Amino acid sequence: MKIHEYQAKTLLAQYDIPVLRGKVASTPAEAREIATNINSKVVIKAQVYAGGRGKAGGIKTANSSEEAEKAASQLIGTRLVTHQTGSEGVPVSRVLVEEASKVARELYLSILVDGTSRLPLMMASEAGGVEIEEVAESTPEKIFKSYIDPAVGFQPFQGRRLAYGMNLEGGQVGEATRLMTSLYNLFMDKDCSLVEINPLAVTADGKLLALDAKLNFDDNALYRHKDIQELQDKEQEDPLEVQARDWGINNYVKMDGDIGCMVNGAGLAMAVNDLIQYCGGRAANFLDIGTLNNPERVVNSFKMFVADPRIKAVLVNIFGGIARVDVIAQGIVKAYQQMDIPFPLVIRLAGTNLKEGRRILAESGISFILAKDFYDGAHKAVQAAKGITK
Amino acid sequence: MSILVDKNTRLLVQGITGSEGSFHTQRCMEYGTKVVAGVTPGRGGIQHLGVPVFNSVEKAMAETGANASLMFVPPAFAADGILEAIADGMPLVICITEGIPVLDIVKVHHYLREKATRLIGPNCPGVMSPGKCKAGIMVGDIHLPGNVGVVSRSGTLTYDAVSQLTNLGIGQSTCVGIGGDALPGSTFVDILKLFQVDQDTKAVVLIGEIGGTMEQEAAEFINHEVTKPVIAFIAGSTAPSGKRMGHAGAIITGNAGKASEKMKALSQAGVIIAPNPAEIGLTTKKVLESL
Repeated sequence: MKIHEYQAKTLLAQYDIPVLRGKVASTPAEAREIATNINSKVVIKAQVYAGGRGKAGGIKTANSSEEAEKAASQLIGTRLVTHQTGSEGVPVSRVLVEEASKVARELYLSILVDGTSRLPLMMASEAGGVEIEEVAESTPEKIFKSYIDPAVGFQPFQGRRLAYGMNLEGGQVGEATRLMTSLYNLFMDKDCSLVEINPLAVTADGKLLALDAKLNFDDNALYRHKDIQELQDKEQEDPLEVQARDWGINNYVKMDGDIGCMVNGAGLAMAVNDLIQYCGGRAANFLDIGTLNNPERVVNSFKMFVADPRIKAVLVNIFGGIARVDVIAQGIVKAYQQMDIPFPLVIRLAGTNLKEGRRILAESGISFILAKDFYDGAHKAVQAAKGITK
Repeated sequence: MSILVDKNTRLLVQGITGSEGSFHTQRCMEYGTKVVAGVTPGRGGIQHLGVPVFNSVEKAMAETGANASLMFVPPAFAADGILEAIADGMPLVICITEGIPVLDIVKVHHYLREKATRLIGPNCPGVMSPGKCKAGIMVGDIHLPGNVGVVSRSGTLTYDAVSQLTNLGIGQSTCVGIGGDALPGSTFVDILKLFQVDQDTKAVVLIGEIGGTMEQEAAEFINHEVTKPVIAFIAGSTAPSGKRMGHAGAIITGNAGKASEKMKALSQAGVIIAPNPAEIGLTTKKVLESL
């Protein structure tokens, strides 16, 4: 789960990590008031879940509270399109109004769980800013890494090593070590999957400051962090994906094709989409129905397809394991009873309780195209989608 | 032979009295797996599905000689269950549970370092040695005893691949689902090591997915250590690339998470790549015929 920058900074501040004076505004008038209180040059930052805001015009500076109000009015209520959002962009409902700062250097600091070592990993670099990935690619020696023993925790020597790696000096080294320790504590306390301070600024007077902050959380651990759950902003997500979650389909990702897919298992769902492309078509979504034996979830998947005007055909590919084919079949029949299904349906079934599932479908009288195997299903779905589009 | 589980496996089921635990314990027993004990704290002393239930793994092991554990414990308590089994010296723990917090698993891995337990999963379908032992949630009757080892990050895609093999008359020595989580207990390399020294395994089918670098590590290992033919498929070529972990993920893995990069690394290590997921069986057949 993602949160906004202003929420991330509130959390950082709770862990004594220095951030700029600022506050979030949801109207231009509020932005003006905040700027008046700050009483110096301010920066107005659009609060969206996507990166690349600066280049997309989502960050503006203002020399007066009037300018702050104007800048906020140019952002609030619009949609911001960045290289991470797709052409429809994401809505801007709030802006963060922050005092402007004089930055001498831009550093980089992050923590995630490293898959290879299976340990929390802190990374630091003196080359912070938007080009950090290129830095990692072309000059990897500028990225310093520290693997953290979860039983011992983050140690001062690790902080010093990273601080010297970023070419900090004097009192900055101790300050950075303290900041890193706090950041590690935040990461562990809140079950983060990522904390990233980029840039970590060294101000003109030599102080460290989190200029931007990205915090992501482990979805599997949200049950023990009600405070974090409440921060979620559904507006920032694709409406179809939010709808899917509300209907109990947690594993739905919108794609750009016209064939709706309902599959059990994430690997198989990806493979179905791959196979559709191999057969010359494009999937409209990734949908893993999961393992719960509940026909309602099948009905809800069909509601998703009906609500999606792009869909020209639907492919159901179920290989029953925990999920039982007969339950899926019941769900499909129920969906046809409840709504008008305007697209051709291709069904491929295999695994647990296959015979019963086939019987239910055959006796229901609904019209569908039966596929004999994995390939046949994808092939027939692509044909069906093309048949409609001509 | 086979790897990890066979006729000598004496299975303990942690979480045996839950609905999932009950359902799948029964399926395992029907397949012929020796289920000797169950553990559900607080339910010790009862018989469930004809199996004695204990309050602790320690007691269950002492009284029944269980030598492998299959876990169906809910996600919030699963890491604790794994740690208990490790502490009591269980040689093999297979964790089916999906949705365990990552930092809980970090703790498990830390504890595992000095212990002899082998962990498979979490979030996996389990381990199957056809005709000998089913320790997991996979469908039993799609399998056929034979000489191809299967190792996979996916569940249902593996069922499909296995049934492709079986329909072509190609049996399996052991099928191992290592699970779909970012921090699996055993990696491709761990399982490839076992297949390489297993006399009954003549070839290995490896099914990977986008994300992480486990397939590249497998490629490196295959290049230097594996003499048996390996056939692979990587799912997710068409997955949108927008799901990213800030800059940090990219710094760690670069482009390595992409399906195309994984296929390239494996292919450079001499692995035969199936052209699409429906031809995993056929590709394996061709490789076996050329031996």
